[in-house]
Amino acid sequence: MVSFLTNPRAFMAFSRIAAPVLGVATTIAMLWGLWLGFTAPEDYQQGDAIRILFIHVPAAWVAMFAYLCLGVASLLNLVFRQALADLAARACAPLGAGFTALALVTGSFWGRPTWGTWWEWDGRMTSVLVLFLLWLAYIALRASIDDEARAARAGAILALVGLVNLPVIHFSVYWWNSLHQGSSTFAADKGDGLPAVYMTPLILMGLAYMGLFGALWLTRIRTEVRRRRLRAAALRDAED
Amino acid sequence: MLDLDAGAYAPYLWPAFAITGLVLGWMILDSLLAARSARKAARARGLEDDWS
Repeated sequence: MVSFLTNPRAFMAFSRIAAPVLGVATTIAMLWGLWLGFTAPEDYQQGDAIRILFIHVPAAWVAMFAYLCLGVASLLNLVFRQALADLAARACAPLGAGFTALALVTGSFWGRPTWGTWWEWDGRMTSVLVLFLLWLAYIALRASIDDEARAARAGAILALVGLVNLPVIHFSVYWWNSLHQGSSTFAADKGDGLPAVYMTPLILMGLAYMGLFGALWLTRIRTEVRRRRLRAAALRDAED
Repeated sequence: MLDLDAGAYAPYLWPAFAITGLVLGWMILDSLLAARSARKAARARGLEDDWS
């Protein structure tokens, strides 16, 4: 495991197979999830708006998972000076920002017909907006520092500080009064859980989103490894 | 049966799916194009051989 994290060669061999396999699995899960999602009956209260569930909740799951990945990669880079971990952190940021933006936008499109408002400054929505701003800040901070080692350290510190926002997002619906509902999936109280007709496509879409994140993350880390090698080669040429 | 008639909810449902498709499509395209460009550049420099 350690050699996999420290050795770009081992990572490139692994990701060369893993990324396309994840991509195929993602496609199957997404098509299956969408089919089940659009053959499920309308909700008796929310009508067809319930189908936004299948793109909103997986986006929110992946947004939080991606930030956790950023935090772990940043810790590995900061504490153990793992170069590959820094590349992983850097590659993760645009994807995390994308999934967080999707969680916000699709939530807004779901909120308007069900709550009567596009936006409310309550705990859940505000903390997810903070997550999105953290992604943007991370990207901007790294882009603003020329020295790569310093940029990596500064980014890692910001990412680790931002980890405190994850439990806030999760528990916000319990800590504060909120328009947003509590959990209706894995942590739901008895009787509050989703019926199987919605839960099955939701789990499939969740797996598809996770698989997509995994496939794209591996692809982007591979790109970062190559770019770093190219920069190193260019520097060697300049010195000769 | 497949139900694509969202009725009164169509103005909320379809834009949400369309934006999702666009953003996911952009993430896939951007990742693949960047990967292709880096792979080409690495090949041109002869840096790919020891990873094959």
